[in-house]
Amino acid sequence: MEDYLTATLLGSAWGLLTRYLMLKSDYRQFPGYPHGYVTHLSLGLVASLLGSLAIPAIFEKEFTAVTFLSLAATQFRDVREMERKTLSSLDMTKLVPRGPDYIEGISRVFEARNYLSMLMALIVSGTAYIFSLQAAIPVGLAVLLLAIRLMRGEVIQDIATVRPGEIRFKGPNLYVDDIHVMNLGSEGARQKVMERGLGVVIEPKDDDARSMLANAGQRMAIAHDAALQLGIYKDVDTPEFMPILRRDLDTGRVVMVIVPIEMDMECLLLAVSRVPVLESAYSRPLQSRAGAGAAD
Amino acid sequence: MMETSLSKYILAIITREAGLVSGGGAPVFMARDKEEQEKIALYLTRITGGVIHDLENGVYILVKH
Repeated sequence: MEDYLTATLLGSAWGLLTRYLMLKSDYRQFPGYPHGYVTHLSLGLVASLLGSLAIPAIFEKEFTAVTFLSLAATQFRDVREMERKTLSSLDMTKLVPRGPDYIEGISRVFEARNYLSMLMALIVSGTAYIFSLQAAIPVGLAVLLLAIRLMRGEVIQDIATVRPGEIRFKGPNLYVDDIHVMNLGSEGARQKVMERGLGVVIEPKDDDARSMLANAGQRMAIAHDAALQLGIYKDVDTPEFMPILRRDLDTGRVVMVIVPIEMDMECLLLAVSRVPVLESAYSRPLQSRAGAGAAD
Repeated sequence: MMETSLSKYILAIITREAGLVSGGGAPVFMARDKEEQEKIALYLTRITGGVIHDLENGVYILVKH
């Protein structure tokens, strides 16, 4: 009896720790309010409690208890729904919206992190129960590090090179390098873009990257993250200063024009390089025979 | 609450020459010179949230994106 208790407690604590570390590991994806912390830590605690109970339940031949795990899965699907709803409704009041793809990605991550805490709790409590408490700690550390490493997705700099681009106007038409971005009619707006605007060129490293950058949701995510980190010279009634990303159809390069508050090119390049590659944009045409053959 | 609005829609046309624009669903504003045209366009963009585009023939259009 005593063994169950220690194993379960250790497992739950470990699961909760996992959830906490994952809340901290990704500041951009986290809502940031204290209430958000409470919600997600509580759900993490529930998940890890359920996970840590599974192995002792099996040893007690209480097989029905394990079906609780499936109940938990339903619960955590609601987490995704909850995050999606919250973030989508908040997105409408953002100057530079995240976009549906980014929100879907964040929601999925939040759901998956609960399963991860559950799994962590299961592994740690199982090890503690079957082997010993001393064995559980190193095993827990190992799987935790592994999980954090495996869950880290790719970022833009893994799939593309990000470099400064030159902004210029031909009449009312705005170009970055040779790529047409938009037609800007107002003289005042053109002056502001010339004074304060920064241009960035994102060059895909291969055909897979090219197709990922083609995704409009991925481009919205880049605009949102860049605007969030450097500030945006825009208000609700100045839509002309919305950061815009356009694709060069011939080469697959993507250019961005942004009018930030902080005109720091180094930081802008850094911000763009660190934007996560979204799950919905992630594609590998080179893996297919047709895709690889067509690419030569 | 979902906000529903039209997009890619011409909200207004500001022209210096009457003959270049005719008919259509958007209101047409006549301007006497380029300065006045810029001013009208700026007012309208702030009020409607549309973006000014220059058709390079003396006609500006305001488009909701």
